[in-house]
Amino acid sequence: MALQITESCVNCWACVDVCPNDAIFEDKPHFLIDDGKCTECLGDHSVPQCAAICPIEMAIVDELGAFLNPPGSLTGIPIEKLKQFGLWKDAA
Amino acid sequence: MELPVISNTAPAAEGGGCSSSGCGTAPDALGHLPDHIRAKVQDHPCYSEEAHHYFARMHVAVAPACNIQCNYCNRKYDCSNESRPGVVSEVLTPKQAINKVLAVAAEIPQMTVLGIAGPGDPLANPARTFETFEELSARAPDIKLCVSTNGLNLPMYVDRIAQHNIDHVTITINCVDPEVGAKIYPWIFWENKRIFGVEGARILIEQQQKGLQMLTDRGILVKVNSVLIPGVNDEHLKEVSKIVKAKGAFLHNVMPLIAEAEHGTYYGIMEQPEPTPEMLQDLQDACAGDMAMMRHCRQCRADAVGLLGEDRGDEFTMDKIDVMEVDYEAAMVRRKVVHDEIIEKLDAKRGIVKPKAEELGIPADARPVLMAVAGKNGVVAEHFGHAKEFLVYEASPAGVRFMSHRKTELYCGGMDVCGDGDVAEAGATESLLDRNIRVLEGCEVVLCSKVGYEPWAKLEAAGIAPNGEHAMEPIEEAVMAVYKEIAATGKLSPSAEDRKVA
Repeated sequence: MALQITESCVNCWACVDVCPNDAIFEDKPHFLIDDGKCTECLGDHSVPQCAAICPIEMAIVDELGAFLNPPGSLTGIPIEKLKQFGLWKDAA
Repeated sequence: MELPVISNTAPAAEGGGCSSSGCGTAPDALGHLPDHIRAKVQDHPCYSEEAHHYFARMHVAVAPACNIQCNYCNRKYDCSNESRPGVVSEVLTPKQAINKVLAVAAEIPQMTVLGIAGPGDPLANPARTFETFEELSARAPDIKLCVSTNGLNLPMYVDRIAQHNIDHVTITINCVDPEVGAKIYPWIFWENKRIFGVEGARILIEQQQKGLQMLTDRGILVKVNSVLIPGVNDEHLKEVSKIVKAKGAFLHNVMPLIAEAEHGTYYGIMEQPEPTPEMLQDLQDACAGDMAMMRHCRQCRADAVGLLGEDRGDEFTMDKIDVMEVDYEAAMVRRKVVHDEIIEKLDAKRGIVKPKAEELGIPADARPVLMAVAGKNGVVAEHFGHAKEFLVYEASPAGVRFMSHRKTELYCGGMDVCGDGDVAEAGATESLLDRNIRVLEGCEVVLCSKVGYEPWAKLEAAGIAPNGEHAMEPIEEAVMAVYKEIAATGKLSPSAEDRKVA
């Protein structure tokens, strides 16, 4: 099991610094997670660290493609506003 | 003719001002500070209003990660045409940043200050931030180092800040009440968890206040930035100002919220109003007390280079820096000469004693008048339609003082028309010219080098007297001359209040 980074990523390095497994590496056009190293932080932390610090909604997904931080969950911007500004997506 | 210049704060000290070479701000806003602090800030453009006309600063964007979310920030932003906090064109590695700093310092000897301000939070990027500081304090000891932070990680890094000779720290403190904080900060990242709402804000405020105290206890200069958010923390900032002053912050910089929907921020999308220039000025006045308020902040980018209000970042992109040969030892010698010359010039200006207002024939009970100036390099220089910002001055019997700068939007088509030919865009409720005139609210006179017919008529209709008779004169002299003219008409006496022009 491993998490993945999507094209929403803005390459801010925040996740790299907090990953307990050194699983995140710089790449173009955005950072990636080494699925051989990622443990979703099991045994280290109660929540996956990359998803806990990531400032961008929809940038981190699980194996099923579900957003760990769905649209509106971090900013509190209501769904109708997100849709109005083209910032809404159901899944990756 | 020299004119009296008064401070933003304590009773006017004699002299000073930068009537010949800048925006004419009051030099003695820092007058209440002990000498050793004044000496530390005299060449720091972000702290000293006087210094910002002569000394330049630069920011290096080595700190992309952040550990909190602010409702006025959107981390997706990356634009080279915009100038505001949090925006950068390229994030640098510490090595690139060091090369850039040495290249800029050699090229622009007036550059005295290197700051790390983002685009995230420098202390959420401790390895990148401190590597940059460490190397620079060794290789370029003549550059002052400073850092800006949201304060969350401050207590754990105060000792490293002290160790690297960073003697200026800016903390952004928007509130001291977690209930207010919850409306500004949706979450923080703390002890391996994302913490939302009031609890997150409570921890942030606690760490900010603790960090502030630890810094001032160690003698490190602290400036506090606050973003004025109408209806959220406007009244509350007066309390913030008192508390941070009591803890030893030496300067409080209240900045207006920037909230445009196209920036994609929570406040932008939710149509949170920005403060009007008048609201900002009133709040700065209310917070002033006997603490220095900073009014010359231009809210610059996290990778800005140059004097405040200008950005020479384009001259120093990494591809250009890579081919520059920098001999920093030689540069330091040149830099020293330039710095000494500027300091000498500033010292000489401080010695000039200016005549009192009553000697100029201004009645002691005359009411103060706000005037907007299209100025450049300390003189009334700009055409009305070309001014990117207006500098607002208050003339009173006590003298002329700088109050604020107000940004405009350019609409002028060319030199010949100067402000004529203004049109409202399709769907807009008012034209740019109307908007710019609204920015001048509260001002009774606007001084510029030239004004076109159309804006002239609209300004008069808005109760603002256009004045193009003082082109290329030093700003403070021009403002005082106009004030004298108004005084001569008797319109400034208290009994004439109801007859006043505005």
